[in-house]
Amino acid sequence: MMSDLVLHLDNIQKNFGGLAALSDVNLHVEEGTTHAIIGPNGAGKSTLLNVCIGRLKPDAGKVTFDGQELTGRAPHEIAQIGVARVFQTPEIFPEMSLLENVMLPAFSKRDGSFAFNAHNMLSKQNEIRDEAEHILEDVGLQEMMMQEAGSLSRGDKRRLELGMCLILRPRLLLLDEPTAGMSRHDTNRTIDLLKKIKSRGMTKVIIEHDMHVVFSLADKVSVLARGAIIAGGKPEEVREDQRVKEAYLGGAH
Amino acid sequence: MTLAKLNDTNRFLIFAAIILLMPIWMIPLGGAYPDLLQKFAIYGIFAIGFNILFGLTGYLSFGHAAFLGVGSYAAVWSFKLFTMNAIPAIIFGVLFAGLLAFIIGFLSLRRTGIYFSILTLAFAQMSYNLAYSVLTPITNGETGLQLSQQDPRIIDSMFVEAGAGLPSTNLFGLKMSGFEGFYFCAVMLILCYYISMRIFRSPFGLMLRGIKSNQNRMMYTGLNTRPYMLTAFVISGMYAGLAGSLLAVTDPLAGAERMQWTASGEVVLMTILGGVGTLAGPMLGAGLIKYFENIFSAFNNQTLTEIFSFLPDAAVEVVVPIVGLFVGSGWHLTLGLLFVVIVIFLPGGIVEGMSRLAGLFRRKDQENMNGTASPQDQPGE
Repeated sequence: MMSDLVLHLDNIQKNFGGLAALSDVNLHVEEGTTHAIIGPNGAGKSTLLNVCIGRLKPDAGKVTFDGQELTGRAPHEIAQIGVARVFQTPEIFPEMSLLENVMLPAFSKRDGSFAFNAHNMLSKQNEIRDEAEHILEDVGLQEMMMQEAGSLSRGDKRRLELGMCLILRPRLLLLDEPTAGMSRHDTNRTIDLLKKIKSRGMTKVIIEHDMHVVFSLADKVSVLARGAIIAGGKPEEVREDQRVKEAYLGGAH
Repeated sequence: MTLAKLNDTNRFLIFAAIILLMPIWMIPLGGAYPDLLQKFAIYGIFAIGFNILFGLTGYLSFGHAAFLGVGSYAAVWSFKLFTMNAIPAIIFGVLFAGLLAFIIGFLSLRRTGIYFSILTLAFAQMSYNLAYSVLTPITNGETGLQLSQQDPRIIDSMFVEAGAGLPSTNLFGLKMSGFEGFYFCAVMLILCYYISMRIFRSPFGLMLRGIKSNQNRMMYTGLNTRPYMLTAFVISGMYAGLAGSLLAVTDPLAGAERMQWTASGEVVLMTILGGVGTLAGPMLGAGLIKYFENIFSAFNNQTLTEIFSFLPDAAVEVVVPIVGLFVGSGWHLTLGLLFVVIVIFLPGGIVEGMSRLAGLFRRKDQENMNGTASPQDQPGE
């Protein structure tokens, strides 16, 4: 049974100067699935995510999520539609405690466009605090709740950022190499965590180099090389695809 | 118990007590006269407000003097047109400063970092030049805006006949000079501190800190940062407007030089000196600078000779001219040196210095304790 397609990328083009980073990308993602995008370095994977969240404006083509066009919208509007992203280098609030790090996005979501909340007290925001503590438990950081986020290891920072995205209850979660720089142990913990989220029916697009991660999580895989999708399908099919092997070998040498 | 462990209510009460008792504990420091104390309170308000913008969001405005100036002009106009009562004057001061802050903020907040600073500086200098030239009918140009016998004072004239001399500012009959004036400013300062504390402890304050820490992350979690930044800018402009109108309450005249960039720079110095982003720091910085300006600048070679009279005469002759460079009209030199030292060694300002000192004492205390008593015997606090 096919579920509904919820994310559409149609004919996306993006040039940097004379260089075509994305030449003609078409991608359709089913609701509630995990879609992995793999490809050699410089294939345009991060650029693709940047186009989705409004950090970059494509030169041509459009991105729609659940019938709403994302292209041309401001990042905060896209986030309010329900699209969240974990970045390649963790985007956290290094001077704040982990708890504050996770509570802040909840306030952003609640009072996004503008609500005067200067007369409220932080210490009375129990609902959001409880939720944030729950999320920190989910990502396995609850013991360090009061610690400064800047002091965390790289792997923990990534898990924290994931928590910051989860409290938004996104409908689409974009993950840019969520396990890069993690030890095998941490990688497996992150995989388990992402599997757990999967049961919540969130759609995920994940960029990853680590094939172990891709094959443990992805329902579908698309291969991006030199700015275009060259292959796609179930993970097993893609693994055997001759063009994919060439693209990877070509990129490596 | 140390200051860091205090909860906000206690901290606030201590702050209020310190401010209200200033006329007493400033006596040994030679600053217990109301004019100076009033300046402490007023510039404290200015700095606390500036810190709401700079300390929380990290946006460095170089144009806050414009709001100070507008607050003064609005207050003097209120004295001229309506009444010598201080309350309407500060309301007008705050409102007009807020309005100007809204316009300048709306335009300047399109840029961040250095470009934001330059834009605010440019707008403030524009306001200053307008006050000097085109707006002379409102600002009275170079002479400055003053009270005169011919002023209508609609509300006052309904109740009392205009006296012979110029009337003085009052609060429902209570004259706003001397210690009454100081206490009026002090109450305003305490109120401002309380509001600032509430902002620091609110989701709004946390969001502003989020913008300072990682604006991208705030946007990608769904926050439209512009209206929040503008609110912070307007609030901080209103604080400046309040400070400006209080200056006019103390001394009912307003001149364009109050809007000059040096005044904007001064509040930046105060905030950094005291401790950016701390609650009480900017107030301390403001106090220190105003103290230097008023006390150190009054020192001359004669006072120095008296101070160093315990030294042999030959030494006095050497020491006095050298120290003399740093006091009197040279007080800026001392301030500059102090600023350099603080920025290099204590980037967190006076507040960081004090908490480091407290940390040192705590460690010593603990060592003493460990020497005499077993851990179980230590008091809970």
